[in-house]
Amino acid sequence: MHELSLCEELRRIVEEAARAHGVARVTRVRVEVGRFAAVEPAALELAFGAVMRGSVAEGAELVLVELPGRALCLDCGREVALDDRFDPCPECGGGRLLATGGDEMRIRDMEAA
Amino acid sequence: MCTLCGCGNPDHGTEGGGSLHPAPAAEGGRSGRGHGAPPAGLTHAQMHALGLPHGHDGQDLHFGHGPAGLSVPGVTQGRLVEIETAILSRNDALAAENRAMLAGRGILAVNLVSSPGSGKTSLLVRTIGELAPIPVAVIEGDQQTSNDAERIRAAGAPAVQVNTGKGCHLDAAMVGRALGRLALQPASILFIENVGNLVCPAAFDLGEEAKVAVLSVTEGEDKPLKYPDIFAAARLAVINKIDLAPHCGADPDLIEANLRRVNPLIEVIRVSARTGEGMEAWVGWLKGRLVAAAMARAAT
Repeated sequence: MHELSLCEELRRIVEEAARAHGVARVTRVRVEVGRFAAVEPAALELAFGAVMRGSVAEGAELVLVELPGRALCLDCGREVALDDRFDPCPECGGGRLLATGGDEMRIRDMEAA
Repeated sequence: MCTLCGCGNPDHGTEGGGSLHPAPAAEGGRSGRGHGAPPAGLTHAQMHALGLPHGHDGQDLHFGHGPAGLSVPGVTQGRLVEIETAILSRNDALAAENRAMLAGRGILAVNLVSSPGSGKTSLLVRTIGELAPIPVAVIEGDQQTSNDAERIRAAGAPAVQVNTGKGCHLDAAMVGRALGRLALQPASILFIENVGNLVCPAAFDLGEEAKVAVLSVTEGEDKPLKYPDIFAAARLAVINKIDLAPHCGADPDLIEANLRRVNPLIEVIRVSARTGEGMEAWVGWLKGRLVAAAMARAAT
């Protein structure tokens, strides 16, 4: 349940940004999550609501924006987009794929009331 | 937005509006929002396509597939404040500090990750003896007790126990504080034994040179497929308790094949911390990395 730790960091970053921009209330937070990121959306949602209580983002909506998984195919040498870690290479069908992206967890922006 | 599965339809799961999330099924712990069997009118394939948690054979629930929880951003009404910051940016910055400090002294830091009971501490105890006279220090992460740190000290290496309480992983700040309490020698090896957990430690950089995943043959050959994130993040997998393989019908070749499905570049070493089988290869790997750390230090 490291989603709780993630949300505590989220809260810290959101509060910092709110102070810097003179924002009193945040209504929406957009977070980019890579396809291969070690984060479970359902758990993140649950933790977000609990952790944001008492902050400028209490009751704010958490919007998750998915970023594609990316991998280098060691058989054909192409960099490809993947939905699942265990999918074969969409170009050559090879099974030796080295993840090169898709583990992002990043706050993109927030909406102020 | 649905607050349980995170899909983009705010009506999901609400009274009267829940056309996609069926009425609560008789599945333990998932009551109230109806994330159970596929609702009438949606095929299994459609559930997949919509990224909704759903059952296979009416039993399994699959979260984290498809675009579950990932909505298309709506129309912006308020003021948009750009942030563009990694959620773990503070952890990553602290990890970078740890890494710079360790690199500056030619210390090789290895983050040992595994499930509880894979034999990390037994492996360390034996490793400390076999690495001698190379100095070793250990940071022991557990939720509770200082049993592991005591075992390490008894083996002759300094150790700091970090108890995370309810926490499920070590983070860079905890390791930074532990580093301050260890008398680290230059050109030594620091083992960070993470909390026994194959999920959460994957996301947290501690400042290590490499993550090493330890798994034992008794855990089942498909462990890498069940917990891919941690094995994808690891440079080396140590398959422990190899002496038990014939007794529990485990196939080490299949474990290795599954590891490579997750991470085609992962290195694999088979050991038994009890009999000593394979220890030479493991200790050789560590010495090789230590030399590399020393050369990197000399080059700066």
